Amino acid sequence: MTAEITRINTAAESKLIELFGAAKGGVYSGASLDREAAFARFAKSGLPHRRIEAWHYTDLRSILRDAYAPTVAPTEDTVALARTRLAEMHVEGTRVVILDGYFQAELSSNLEQPGVSTRSLIDVLGGGPSGVIDRLAVSALEAQESVLSLNAAFMQGGAVVSVAPGAVVETPIELLFLTSGQRAGAVTTRSLVEVGSGASAIVVERHEALGSAPSQSNHALILSVYDKASLHHVTMSSGAEAATQTVASIIANLGADANLVSFALVTGFGFVRRQGFLTFNGAHAKGDLRGISLLDHQGHADTTLVVTHKATHCESRELFKHILDDEATGVFQGKVIVAPGAQKTDGKMMSRAIFLADGATMYNKPELEIFADDVVCGHGATAGFLNEEQLFYLRARGIPEKEAQALLLEAFAAEAIEGVGTDAIREVLTESVGRWLRQRQD
Amino acid sequence: MPAVQETVDRVKEIDVSEYKYGFITDIESDKAPKGLSEDIVRFISAKKNEPEWLTEWRLGAYRRWLTMREPDWARVDYPPIDYQNLYYYSAPKGTAGPKTLADVDPELLRTYEKLGIPLREQEVLAGVQERRVAVDAVFDSVSVATTFKDELAKAGVIFCPISEAVHSHPELVKHYLGSVVPTTDNYFATLNSAVFSDGSFVYIPPGVRCPMELSTYFRINEQNTGQFERTLIIADKGSYVSYLEGCTAPKRDENQLHAAVVELVTLDDAEIKYSTVQNWYPGDAEGKGGIYNFVTKRGDCRGKNSKISWTQVETGSAITWKYPSCILRGDNSRGEFYSIAISNGRQQVDSGTKMIHLGKNTTSRIISKGISAGHSQNTYRGLVSAHRKADNARNFTNCDSLLIGEHCGAHTVPYIEAKTSSAQFEHEATTSKISEDQMFYCRQRGLSDEEATALIVNGFVRDVLQQLPMEFAVEAQKLIAISLEGSVG
Repeated sequence: MTAEITRINTAAESKLIELFGAAKGGVYSGASLDREAAFARFAKSGLPHRRIEAWHYTDLRSILRDAYAPTVAPTEDTVALARTRLAEMHVEGTRVVILDGYFQAELSSNLEQPGVSTRSLIDVLGGGPSGVIDRLAVSALEAQESVLSLNAAFMQGGAVVSVAPGAVVETPIELLFLTSGQRAGAVTTRSLVEVGSGASAIVVERHEALGSAPSQSNHALILSVYDKASLHHVTMSSGAEAATQTVASIIANLGADANLVSFALVTGFGFVRRQGFLTFNGAHAKGDLRGISLLDHQGHADTTLVVTHKATHCESRELFKHILDDEATGVFQGKVIVAPGAQKTDGKMMSRAIFLADGATMYNKPELEIFADDVVCGHGATAGFLNEEQLFYLRARGIPEKEAQALLLEAFAAEAIEGVGTDAIREVLTESVGRWLRQRQD
Repeated sequence: MPAVQETVDRVKEIDVSEYKYGFITDIESDKAPKGLSEDIVRFISAKKNEPEWLTEWRLGAYRRWLTMREPDWARVDYPPIDYQNLYYYSAPKGTAGPKTLADVDPELLRTYEKLGIPLREQEVLAGVQERRVAVDAVFDSVSVATTFKDELAKAGVIFCPISEAVHSHPELVKHYLGSVVPTTDNYFATLNSAVFSDGSFVYIPPGVRCPMELSTYFRINEQNTGQFERTLIIADKGSYVSYLEGCTAPKRDENQLHAAVVELVTLDDAEIKYSTVQNWYPGDAEGKGGIYNFVTKRGDCRGKNSKISWTQVETGSAITWKYPSCILRGDNSRGEFYSIAISNGRQQVDSGTKMIHLGKNTTSRIISKGISAGHSQNTYRGLVSAHRKADNARNFTNCDSLLIGEHCGAHTVPYIEAKTSSAQFEHEATTSKISEDQMFYCRQRGLSDEEATALIVNGFVRDVLQQLPMEFAVEAQKLIAISLEGSVG
């Protein structure tokens, strides 16, 4: 009845086409992943927009007004900048440094250590093994998510971290993503962390900008946690946050009896879209996704999760907290899918938001899609102001309002940090939350 | 094993394909030719002797409809509908404005008899007047009997077919029609605006508490007839009305399309309570046949302190696509939605509500209970939103799903949008099956599996049943048991 509407490319989309054309055969050649095909898929669907259900509240098509050119490979200057910063940082275990999207072996530490081996994404794509390349490709998901196609087309680098079966790696493995921030640019990375059967590891993903030039980044991280393995994954970012636009995808696959805890701290006033795809492939696995978003000014943070239970007896937990100040917007979308036959699934999802200012907005969309009867699944979502009575109680005891708020907010956020990583990591996270709250008071 | 055989027989007896209300009444009817075009729209309008503005209104909607696309976001699956292969107008013959019951075709009365009408509308129709339920019976597309009109008129209440209201109260109809659900609203509502056949019109004057519960009886009868009801209820300042809507439909092999529109308007301090029991033919065990129920229901709390409450018990239809909503425009207004949606066999339900908070201090409450059995899919889809100026908006949502059997699906898709910091929204949803412990407890006390299930389910939906008017509650409880029989054992 209605004619097929031809999509007109936005400025950003046209720019991406142009940039891809220019980059072809350049830095990206030699990889076994078909970037052309990936880009063709992207070009067909374009940037995701509000008509696409998973992007309903984050219209990337209109948010992304311009597309930046990919950042250039590190130069002497940027490497020197990174070195200065690294000198201030303490390192114990494996640290992988990815500067402006490019894997930097010489800046990294302990790439090989007992039970852990780390390679550059580009090396793996060039030389295999093919099984790893297949896991890096995430082709099934890419078909629905054009940002992943874009990621495949433009990826500059990343790390492939393998934890050997049975290895127990106690020191956190750090993935440090630095951007030099000297010139506007786009960073695209893809990384894979594989935790072999029975192994256990902690991965800390840290993003830091060394300058204040605007940046766009598209990160993809694939986590494969094999049978009886355990992985804690923590993401945090710090540094200049002025004009950052970030899309980060986490694709996690769990084997039988596997255990995953993944936590993300988002602060500031940039644009962040974090999407997580967690799939339970083996029975009796546990997955726990958490997050805290502390947003102010016109910050926009979107967390979208798709948790798919394909095996029986698995347990999924999601807990996300938003604290929204000024005119910030928080989005939480979480879909729990229980496939036919995934009996005895136990799923709980909770999203809580607290408003600190009148202009703030929160969109919650927790979803359940259940095709098996013997399950216990639930979700909850709340949004509101701080509890007046609690505030009153504290103020009656002489605590100034802002401080009282901070106390309550800290307690509100703390729940999501419980049980994540190590004591040291939890301390860092608690401190980051505290810093944000204090900065608010000033 | 006689016990097993008994169960088998019992299940067979109440198998969905043996739809209790499946029969066809033979009365001559007056039909427009198949298909849809501007001419058909004009034909319908002319048949009803409508004023020029309404004809234009319909045509406008029709032209708009041509540019629209059928929505595909709902979790329902059905073969494409050939809109040109439907009749858009069918009226039982010789019913041009019956004034008394004697004018009503006796065949119709027998139809009601066969239905075993729960509300005793049948008695009302037969002249038993002690029941205080007024019925505007809709048989296919034209209202054929309206009772209690005089008594209602004494109170100043207008309760008549909308086609009549167009002539008797044109200013009211013109002012309110399409003001809640505009002709451009959505595919099915727009289609309805173009071809709506008839429906009820209710106006409660200021300060009047409607002396009785109003009820409409829908029934799709003629083969291949889409039924396009249009209901408009206006509660003027300080008034109150409770409106009941109940449905059964005869058995068909071909799917029948039903795209109704219900518009409610409450002005200052007014309240409308709208209750529905929907039990249309759900199709046979393979999902063949059955009604497509694509309904747009919306209430507009236009005045201060006004209230709209939707209560629904959905057990029938092959496909249900229905989101009774409240626009909470007036300050301190309140919206409520209580729903039981039961799906069995191959039924597909995608239902929920929208609570749109615009005014200050508005509150809303959503209690939704979904029960899926057999091979059915049951989705709750709802929106709660508070706009910038909706200070102190409050919402509480609770949607629980119960799964019976391993081939069904239960889904929950809530959208919760808070754009003001003083909003307080709470949402909770759970999905589970009847626990073994509960079943064991009941069985131990000598209940059969089916009795135990019915008991537990009735407990599960109790919160909603309590909201129904007395007559409906009894009927609804029966319906729930009937709908679920055969799903266990």
